[in-house]
Amino acid sequence: MTTELLQVKNLKQYFPIKGGLLGRKINDVKAVDDISFSIKAGETLSIVGESGCGKSTTGRAILRLDEPTAGEIHFQGDDLLSLNKKEMRKKRKDLQIIFQDPYASINPRQTVRQVLNEAMEIQNVLPKEQRYDRMIELLETVGLGPDKLDRFPHEFSGGQRQRIGIARALAVDPKLIICDESVSALDVSIQAQVLNLLKKLQREFDLTYLFISHDLGVVRHISDRVVVMYLGKIVEIGDKKSLFDNPKHPYTKTLLSAIPVPDPKRKKDQIILKGDVPSPIDPPTGCRFHTRCPFATERCVTEVPELRNTTGMKNGHESACHYIEEIESGEMKPKY
Amino acid sequence: MAETVTSPNKEVKPPNPQIENLKIVWKKLKKNKIAMAGGFLILFFILASWIGPLLTTMDPSQPNIPDRLQGPSAEYWFGTDHQGRDIFTRIVHGMSITLYIGFVSVALGCVAGVFLGLISGYYGGRTDTVIMRIMDVLLAFPGILLALAIVSVLGGSLNNVIIAVGIFSIPVFARIVRGSALAVRKLEYIDAVRALGASDTRIIFKHVLPNIMSPIIVQATLRIATAVLTASGLSFLGLGAQPPTPEWGAMLSAGRNYMWEHPHIALFPGLAIVAVVLAFNLFGDGLRDALDPKMK
Repeated sequence: MTTELLQVKNLKQYFPIKGGLLGRKINDVKAVDDISFSIKAGETLSIVGESGCGKSTTGRAILRLDEPTAGEIHFQGDDLLSLNKKEMRKKRKDLQIIFQDPYASINPRQTVRQVLNEAMEIQNVLPKEQRYDRMIELLETVGLGPDKLDRFPHEFSGGQRQRIGIARALAVDPKLIICDESVSALDVSIQAQVLNLLKKLQREFDLTYLFISHDLGVVRHISDRVVVMYLGKIVEIGDKKSLFDNPKHPYTKTLLSAIPVPDPKRKKDQIILKGDVPSPIDPPTGCRFHTRCPFATERCVTEVPELRNTTGMKNGHESACHYIEEIESGEMKPKY
Repeated sequence: MAETVTSPNKEVKPPNPQIENLKIVWKKLKKNKIAMAGGFLILFFILASWIGPLLTTMDPSQPNIPDRLQGPSAEYWFGTDHQGRDIFTRIVHGMSITLYIGFVSVALGCVAGVFLGLISGYYGGRTDTVIMRIMDVLLAFPGILLALAIVSVLGGSLNNVIIAVGIFSIPVFARIVRGSALAVRKLEYIDAVRALGASDTRIIFKHVLPNIMSPIIVQATLRIATAVLTASGLSFLGLGAQPPTPEWGAMLSAGRNYMWEHPHIALFPGLAIVAVVLAFNLFGDGLRDALDPKMK
């Protein structure tokens, strides 16, 4: 069993809504509401879910790009949330992020050399004289030629820019990289290249990834374990095989049934949910999925389900549903 | 980085976006005849303020009573004032004072305003509220009234006029910069450098400021015109440059008493003020259009 690199405990991220004459807080957007999980060193943990479920917010909260409302984030024994600004700045060396939009994530006025140099300068990774060689090495690692060093972002394609973003993250020798929809904005062929690059880098540099995505195909390709989020809560967590082969939560089942299958003859057994995702401002009581769940009962409205493990769920696979067994045995039938 | 390190492929020079952008802006600006006229006028005024005083033969402040109140002639191009001084000479000598007031006061207001705007826009929250409410208070006064109040507190002198005009320029810059900074700080590359552990100072001055320069430059150009006008106004009211300084506003004020019989005394300084203000306004407007990526 490998050690846990990152432990998120009861993380909450509420964004206040201000209104009225005096700009008083009238409510909160509960983007992430009390979630806990951990990432082992060297693994890839993915967070999936639809837009607005809080997956990106979780990533940003771990990096303290937004200050979380409550909770603990333990990274190598330190609680990141209790560090002061200066300590946190030093700690950032170990935690990096690769963003979704390769066009927005690099300062358009900096050359690749300036981008990489700045990263190393901020964290003081290498003495000045050695930085040049390191920059060339980094470019090579991400598959860009040394001639690209003095070019500006607008001279690159999206895939190349994403590689620059990866090089920037690698420049400080991080341990954990958060990939926030890092391949979503790329063409499918480029996606594959970048994903393979990420995998290669993981092997080479012993990296741990927190991979945030809405693309289940991508998640299936890259992850070791998967977290499924719905409306700020974790509904299911488990290792990739167990979760994809044997989803327990009705939401996960719906999500997985939506993966397109490249076979026109196969019968479509896609589950179509009714309604829309409720607002995270006033999320539903009890199980947050009860407004759309075909199995929902009175209990789901009042009682919040905890993540739990039952027979037949292997390798720490847990699901937050009251009726895992009943649905499994066919005792409960979907209402629509 | 080390100077000894040469960039690979030295012979292939990548286009620098800043320089590329400047080229595009220059192209657009060249097409705008009116703005170019304003630009050339400004250049002319700057040159005139340097070279002009060396070419004039008369003393700008030495009274010459026998020749007082003369109309324009071959000897006195713009005529003479009530003390017999050549108005043309005085206007030429006053050029540098006018430009000095314009540039220095705007520089003061710009530096302070940009700084406050950056802090306000980047940090947001309570800091933002406090700074911007103070700016609102300053903005609530009509410009000349605020400058008047400041000068009457500090006492009338050229430097105090500059300070006053600078102060009343602060909120204009602060507002524009705050708005732009708010937009830029939400961009992902700001998050990226923050995630790298960059300090706020580094982010603000290396990443936010360079990306909001165009509105600042435009505003500064337009603001010089306002500053010149306000400073002249203050001198006209006797709060700015003291006689016998050949300041245009003060000259205008002195000529006021002889308006009906000898209009040229007030006319020429007035025209000079109009020309400078107009030149900066035209150029500033053109610059704004040229820097706006949406205008083709």
